[in-house]
Amino acid sequence: MERFAALIDALVYTRSRNEKLQLIAGYLRATPDPDRGWALAALTGGLDFPAVKASTIRNLMHERVDPVLWTLSRDFVGDTAETASLLWPAGESPPDPPSVSETVEALAAMTRRSVFTELPALLDRLDASGRFALLKLATGAMRIGISARLAKIAFAQAFDVGVEEVEEYWHGLAPPYRALFAWAAERAPPPDTGSLPLFRPFMLAHPLDDTIVDLEDYVAEWKWDGIRVQLVHVGGEQGETRLYSRSGDDISGTFPEFLDALPMDAVLDGELLVRGVHQGGEKGGAASFNALQQRLGRKTVSKAMLADFPAFIRLYDVMILEDDDLRGLPWTQRRARLEALMPRLPADRFDLSPVVDAEHFDHLAEIRAGARDDAIEGLMLKRKDSPYIAGRKTGLWYKWKRDPLLVDCVLMYAQRGSGKRSSFYSDYTFGCWDGDPDAGADLLPVGKAYFGFTDEELRKIDRYVRTHTVNRFGPVRETDRSLVFEVAFDSVHASKRHKSGLAMRFPRIHRIRWDKPAHEADRIDALRALVRD
Amino acid sequence: MAHDFAWIRPEPHGIHVVPADCWIDPSEPVDHALVTHGHADHARGGHGRTVATPETLAIMKLRYATSGGAVPAGYSETIRLPGGVDATFVPAGHVLGSAQILLEHAGERVVVTGDYKRCPDPTCPPFEVTPCDVFITEATFGLPVFCHPPIETEIGKLLDRLAAYPERCVLVGAYALGKAQRVIAELRRAGHDRPIYLHGALERMCRLYEDWGVDLGELRLVSDAKKEDMRGHIVVCPPSALNDRWSRRLPDPITAMASGWMRVRQRARQRNVELPLVISDHADWGELTRTVEEVDPHETWITHGREEALLRWHQLRQRRARALALVGYEDEDD
Repeated sequence: MERFAALIDALVYTRSRNEKLQLIAGYLRATPDPDRGWALAALTGGLDFPAVKASTIRNLMHERVDPVLWTLSRDFVGDTAETASLLWPAGESPPDPPSVSETVEALAAMTRRSVFTELPALLDRLDASGRFALLKLATGAMRIGISARLAKIAFAQAFDVGVEEVEEYWHGLAPPYRALFAWAAERAPPPDTGSLPLFRPFMLAHPLDDTIVDLEDYVAEWKWDGIRVQLVHVGGEQGETRLYSRSGDDISGTFPEFLDALPMDAVLDGELLVRGVHQGGEKGGAASFNALQQRLGRKTVSKAMLADFPAFIRLYDVMILEDDDLRGLPWTQRRARLEALMPRLPADRFDLSPVVDAEHFDHLAEIRAGARDDAIEGLMLKRKDSPYIAGRKTGLWYKWKRDPLLVDCVLMYAQRGSGKRSSFYSDYTFGCWDGDPDAGADLLPVGKAYFGFTDEELRKIDRYVRTHTVNRFGPVRETDRSLVFEVAFDSVHASKRHKSGLAMRFPRIHRIRWDKPAHEADRIDALRALVRD
Repeated sequence: MAHDFAWIRPEPHGIHVVPADCWIDPSEPVDHALVTHGHADHARGGHGRTVATPETLAIMKLRYATSGGAVPAGYSETIRLPGGVDATFVPAGHVLGSAQILLEHAGERVVVTGDYKRCPDPTCPPFEVTPCDVFITEATFGLPVFCHPPIETEIGKLLDRLAAYPERCVLVGAYALGKAQRVIAELRRAGHDRPIYLHGALERMCRLYEDWGVDLGELRLVSDAKKEDMRGHIVVCPPSALNDRWSRRLPDPITAMASGWMRVRQRARQRNVELPLVISDHADWGELTRTVEEVDPHETWITHGREEALLRWHQLRQRRARALALVGYEDEDD
């Protein structure tokens, strides 16, 4: 645990991506199995100990520290694990750190009852850094600025293997990944993953920004506003189907309509949408993201849900079909295979994302500007000869989102952030005027945003909040309603959850209008006019 | 708010000693000021008359180049103010010249601490516990997560890192008044006798410390040095220079910062610090609460910092306390 804790600390304080890779690779090379496998699982978010929750830590701390002092400390530090590691009463005996695997075994064996005696026993054996690493490990969310992808790249670098292969095998394996280490470190045969309904890493796109592409080389498609999914079937007619989200999470249970929808072995890439004309959707086709949200994140799905919000997949690509891995083929050939496949798929569960015909780039820009359908997020541009490559490879695929909607709002409340923004007031609630501000109208909150600004701007807003506070509620400050934000958002919908009756989708701070007087900010009517439910 | 000690009034811009019509650490120019120590948020220029320790007056003279109306008050020396108020300057252990001010009037005793700490500091005499009725304290590190480790541990970390990377230098961000000199003095005490390189903004204050008898060993200016000369050496700069273009002239610096805030990982990350050194000139939670217990005042007033938690601590122990919400004190600098 000491080496793992030292690694975590070093990663926290290292800025350079290369140094982070070296630190992780060095650890993976120097640490024996199974400790390194558990550590890799921790870094990639692959551990889950149901007995240990953030609330477990809070309850443990409440037995040792006054609850008010705990809350004040937690708000200031911005991280539950770190706060607990700092506040844990120092033991009388010197540290006697357990190994990573001993720790993982102990955590896995804990129950919701035993955790209250067994977790303290582990904490007592560690120093503050060790406690931090243990609590991060135990709660499953490291939040130390290391993505799963970065950890996999470090693994590939540590043993000089290809990161694409690592990704490919990854999803068929479970921590502590002995077969993966045996293959990479000891040149054993690769893990056998062919017969499993595995997730394959998605091909992703870069933002187009100011690039102009030649439509001789690129094809345009709509970018649909649902969730990107991968549907996998193996084992023939009696086989198994699984639906994966973009991050590789198995969401088959949330969308049971697909469990017997794919009649052949295949790996398909598409956008999950719900059908319906409601909420601004196209006729008989896809509804807005707002409608899809009714279905997301549910563990059980009622019949009414299935009937009211039926899901389907709008297909973009085919990665594997029957025994053919098509990923090495150019997009045009894969597209032809996909079009030929369509008649074999049930029409109520699948349709094909159409190609957008444009004569030249400017024409395409006009088409994009004219798209008013709420289920469209923008355009995709794909190089006609692009193979299907995991991750984002420059020049192959671009996304070209619709221009956002803009509204001027007034900052009303600011809350302290967490993680790297701990102690900064970085989460903002803003409002629009409910009438004429000069005639005494009030502000109504219309949304919340916590990104869209630079670190430098964050420091300035933070200072502004501190000097314009009129009220404090724990970690929240009410400000004097004098700062105007130009807020960008993708769409706005009617919502009963908010006092204003409106909910913005994907709001972010577009510009900080230090120059604009608050009474010139927009009125709520302006925002209401943008609703297209 | 009504209270028993009506002759001393916390106002937004400082603590007003009413019968003497003078102010302690006022954030705006006044006719008559008592100043606890030389940090800019406590010692401002432009007062008609300033009573402070000779060291603090020297620091103010260096910073504001004004010496008009300076009235020196040595430690333990009692000064009679108008209106029947006696003021005594007592060591606070914060930085060179720092003092608590004991005010006595009509049989009542009030101590204004300014900023203070309880752990030893080779650059100033230690804090003295002074019994009083009202104890006016800071709470910069007034949260139980703040526990400053012994400075030897942190100096050890710094020297270990320096030894591990002989081709690089370690750049230590430290406040120009107090922290920088204390870190250098502690490095000397730990036996580090190589030259230490300074950012130009630290030079005059280091010389002032030396003039007041604090030995800082051999100091050189970065501006006079070649990049090669600084490999394997410690460079000290103000925190604002840590991520500045200025540091490009250094040989592959490892960025360190000496501050009590470094106890919290994300604070170190926000400053892009690779080597956090938990070294503070303010009392940590344990020191704050121990000091209140030792002084055992009738009531505690809290000037600035994380006052909610310290108020809560008083409440849990049935001690009287109130937060003053003074403006103008920087609660983030250390």
